[in-house]
Amino acid sequence: MRYLPKSDFERREMLGACGVSQPEELFAHLPEAARLGRPLNLAPGISEYEIVQYFRDRAAENGNGFACFLGAGVYNHYRPVLVDTVVSRGEFLTSYTPYQAEIAQGTLTTIFEFQTMICQLTGMDVANASMYDGSTAVPEAAMMAVRATGKGRVLVARSVHPEYREVLLTYAKNQGMPVEEFGYDPETGTLDLEDLERKMDDFTAAVIVQTPNFFGIADQVKEAARIAHGRGALLVVVFTEAVSLGILEPPAEADIVAGELQSFAISPSYGGPYAGIIATREKYIRQMPGRLVGQSVDSRGNRAFCLTLATREQHIRREKATSNICTNQALIALMATVFMTVYGKQGLRELAEQNLAKAHYLAGKVKPRFSGPFFNEFVVKVGAVEDLNKQLLKKKIIGGLPLGRFYPELADSVLLCATEMTRRADMDVVADTILRAATPTEVTA
Amino acid sequence: MINKVRPHLSQNELLVFERSSPGKKAYQLPELDVPAVDAAEALGAANVRAEIEGFPEISEVEAIRHFTRLSTWNYAIDYGMYPLGSCTMKYNPRINEVVARTEALAWAHPYQPAALAQGSMAVMAQLEAALAEITGMDAVTLQPAAGAHGELTGILLIRALLEKRGNPRKKILIPDSAHGTNPATAAIAGYAVQNIPSSATGVLDVSALAQIVDKDVAALMVTNPNTLGVFEENIIQAAEILHKKGAMLYMDGANMNALVGIARPGDFGVDVMHLNLHKTFSTPHGGGGPGAGPVAVKKVLEPFLPAPRLKRTGKKWAWDYNRKRSIGRVKAYYGNFGVLVRALAYILAHGGPGLRNATVDAVLNAVYIRKRLEAYYDLPYSQANMHEVVFSDHRQAKLGVHTGDIAKRLIDYGFHPYTVSFPLIVHGALMIEPTETEGKHEIDQFIEAMISIAQEIETDPQLVKTAPHGTRTSRVDEVTAARKPVLRWKPA
Repeated sequence: MRYLPKSDFERREMLGACGVSQPEELFAHLPEAARLGRPLNLAPGISEYEIVQYFRDRAAENGNGFACFLGAGVYNHYRPVLVDTVVSRGEFLTSYTPYQAEIAQGTLTTIFEFQTMICQLTGMDVANASMYDGSTAVPEAAMMAVRATGKGRVLVARSVHPEYREVLLTYAKNQGMPVEEFGYDPETGTLDLEDLERKMDDFTAAVIVQTPNFFGIADQVKEAARIAHGRGALLVVVFTEAVSLGILEPPAEADIVAGELQSFAISPSYGGPYAGIIATREKYIRQMPGRLVGQSVDSRGNRAFCLTLATREQHIRREKATSNICTNQALIALMATVFMTVYGKQGLRELAEQNLAKAHYLAGKVKPRFSGPFFNEFVVKVGAVEDLNKQLLKKKIIGGLPLGRFYPELADSVLLCATEMTRRADMDVVADTILRAATPTEVTA
Repeated sequence: MINKVRPHLSQNELLVFERSSPGKKAYQLPELDVPAVDAAEALGAANVRAEIEGFPEISEVEAIRHFTRLSTWNYAIDYGMYPLGSCTMKYNPRINEVVARTEALAWAHPYQPAALAQGSMAVMAQLEAALAEITGMDAVTLQPAAGAHGELTGILLIRALLEKRGNPRKKILIPDSAHGTNPATAAIAGYAVQNIPSSATGVLDVSALAQIVDKDVAALMVTNPNTLGVFEENIIQAAEILHKKGAMLYMDGANMNALVGIARPGDFGVDVMHLNLHKTFSTPHGGGGPGAGPVAVKKVLEPFLPAPRLKRTGKKWAWDYNRKRSIGRVKAYYGNFGVLVRALAYILAHGGPGLRNATVDAVLNAVYIRKRLEAYYDLPYSQANMHEVVFSDHRQAKLGVHTGDIAKRLIDYGFHPYTVSFPLIVHGALMIEPTETEGKHEIDQFIEAMISIAQEIETDPQLVKTAPHGTRTSRVDEVTAARKPVLRWKPA
C-alpha cells in the first residue's frame, strides 16, 4: 500500500523490538468473538490513475455542460484561482484544530481575519470561527436565544429555507423547544407581519427570518426586529446568499445572524461541505456555540492569537456546554476568507451589482410572482413546472427549482436564480421557453 | 540534542486589514452582458448598504504573499509526525484533493434532477456499502457533517426507536474516559448524563454496569478502543447487559483506526456508531474541518435514519423522502459530499487488504513507542494498547514539569505535541497516536526527542517549562485572551 512508508524489513525490526514475531499477535488480546475472522469484502487497492478514472466515470454519469438556474441556498459563483492555491498548501490543509498556538499562528490569524470580515459584513460585534453550514447554524442560534432569554419557544418564518426549518425541527423536538411557523404575504413575498404579531407571545425566545428570503426577496428585518424585541424575544436573521451582503443593508437590528457562506468560493459539491457562521452582539458572547479565536500576546510581547473562551465548549464543560460542536469548517472558512480578500470592498459590491443586473434582466422578461424587491433569484408562476423543466433540459439548461415540494400553494411556480456566471443567451432561452409554455394570463397576471 | 530541525527565517506579516489601502484590487469581473441596474431603484434605497467599512483592499500579489506567509507559521502533517491522540492525524493523499475537484462532481447542485446526479449518488451508495462492510453494520447515513453531529444523529435514532417501543427513557451512560462531545451530545438530545467510573484497569466495569442499567437507561456511549487505546475486552458482555434491559449500545468511532479490517463493531454488539472520515479515512483536517460523521446502524434502527435515503429503482438512483419514521433532517441536502469523495478515494486506494495493513502499522507504531518509552515515562494502565498509548507525567511532575510543558518542548524538537491532559482519568496524560503514516525513521526521532526531554527535565527543568524556544511565537498569554476578549480587528 503506497501510503504506508515502512518496508517489510523495518516492520520486522519494529515487531522484533516489541517482542512480537507476527503482526497478528498485536491483536491477540481481542476477544476471539469480537475479531473478524475473514478479509474485508472489499476489492483490492487500485492505482492513482484508476482512482482518477473511477471518479471521471462517475462524473460522466452526472449532467455535464448544462447551464444552471438553480439557487435556493446554493449558488453558482466563480471561484478565484487564488482560493484553491491557498487552501491546497499543506500547512493549511493538513493541520489540526489550532490548540497549540505557537505552531498554529497561520490558521489562528486567518480565523481572526475571518471573524473580523464576518462582523464587517453583517454589522455584528462578534462572529465565531464557523459552523458546519447554514442549516445547522439555525438550530444553534435558536438554542443560543433560549439560553440568553430563559424562554423556550421559537417562531420561524415560512420564507426561511425549508430544509433549514426541517433541521431546526429535528433539533428542537427533543429539547422541549416548541417551534411554530408564520407566513409570508402572498402578494409581496415578504414576511406576513400581522401573522407574526398574532403568534408572538411572552414565551418566545427567538423570531427567525431570512433575508434575502427563500424567494430571493430582501425582507423586512427592521419590522420583524420591532415585533420580536417588543415581546422580549431575540431576532435571528438567516442568510443563504452571502454575496447579497455586498449590496444589501446588513441586518444590524438582529441579535444573532446565522448564515451560509457557500457563495464565497465554496463549490456546490452536491450539498457540502459548506461553512456556516454565527455572529452576534457582544453581550451574548458567552452563549455562543463553536470556536472563537482571540488576540493576545506571547511571552516576548508580540501579537499572537489563540483559541479562547473555551469554557463554553464541550471539551471543558461536557454536558453543560453551549453546543456539542467540535470540528467545524476551518478550511472552508479559509476559502471564504481568501474570496473576501480577493474581491475586497469594491469587488464584493461590483459582484453583487452584476448578480442584481443579471437577475433583473431575466425578471424583466418573465414577470416575478411576488412584488417584493429581490436580489439574484425570484419566483415565477409558470403553470406546468415539470413540462417546462423537461423542455429546458433538452436545451442543456437546468431550470429553476420547482417549489411544490416545499410550498404546495406554489406548485405552479419555480424559483429562478441568475448570478454573474449566468449568460444572457441562456437567460433569453429560459425566458422564451417560459413565455411559450405558459398561457399569456399566467405570466402577465 | 535536537537533530530534526534547525531555525530558519519566517516572514512577518500584518493582518490583511492593516495591509489594505484604498483602490487596490485583486479581482476583475467580466463586462456585464446585460444592462446595469440601479441598486436603489431595484432594491429600494433603504435596502442598499453603505460601503463595507474596513473590508480588505489589496492586490493579487499581496494577497498570495499574505496567505503564503501566514501558512508558514503552521505546523502540519506534511512537515512531520502529528501524534495527537484520538485525532488520527494521518497522511492526506493528494489524489483525493484532485478527484474531489472533478468538475461535474464539484459543480453538481444539490437540487439538480436525479437523472443528472446519478454519478454523485453512485459515489455515495458505494461509500455507504463500504462503510457498512467495514463496521459490520446494516445501514449507513452520510448526512451528518462531523463526529459530534453523527453522535447527535445516533442518539436521536436511539430515542426514536425507544419512543416507538413506548418509552424514550431518561439517561445515557458515559464512561469517565469519554470525549467531551459525548455528554454534550446526550444533553442536546434531551437526555440526562450519568458518568460511570472506569474499572481499576481503565476499562468498562461490567459488574458495575449490570447494577446501573435499568429501565431509565437509553444507551451506553462507549469509545472502543477507549481513550487509553485499550480494547474494551468485555464489550460483548456489556452489549448483552444493555440489550437485556432494552437499552442500546452506542459506539464513538473516533478510534476506528485501530479496528478496520481486524474487528467490526457490528460483530461485537454495537447497535449504532459514527465514523469520523477526517480521522480514520484520511480526509484532511484543514485546521479544524470540514469533517464528515457518517452513522452506521443495525437493521432495527434503519427506519429512523435521516431523510432522504438513497434508493435504487430499476437501474437508477433516487432520493426517498417518504420516510415516515425518520428522525428528520440533521443537515440541509445530503451530507458533506466533497469529504465523502475523498474518503471513498482512500478506501479504493487501499482496498480490503490495504486497509487492514494500515491498521496493523498504526497499532505497531503505538506499541513500539510504548515499549521504547515506558522506561522514561509512567504508564498508568498496563493493558495491551492498540493505536495509541497514554503515559502520565507522574515522574516529571515531581520535578515541577507537567505534560503541557513536555508537549511544548516537543515543538522545539520539530514535532507537533501529543494530546495533553486527556483522557481525564489519567492525571497529567500524554496521549500519543502515531498512526500508520509514520515510518521507522520518524518514529525513532520522536522517541529520541521524548527521551531527551525526560533527561532535560532532570538536568534543566526550567528549559522545558519555558519551551518552546525555537518558534517564531513563544507561549501565548491565554489568560488575558479570555479575560479581555479581542475577537476582531478594529482600526487603531
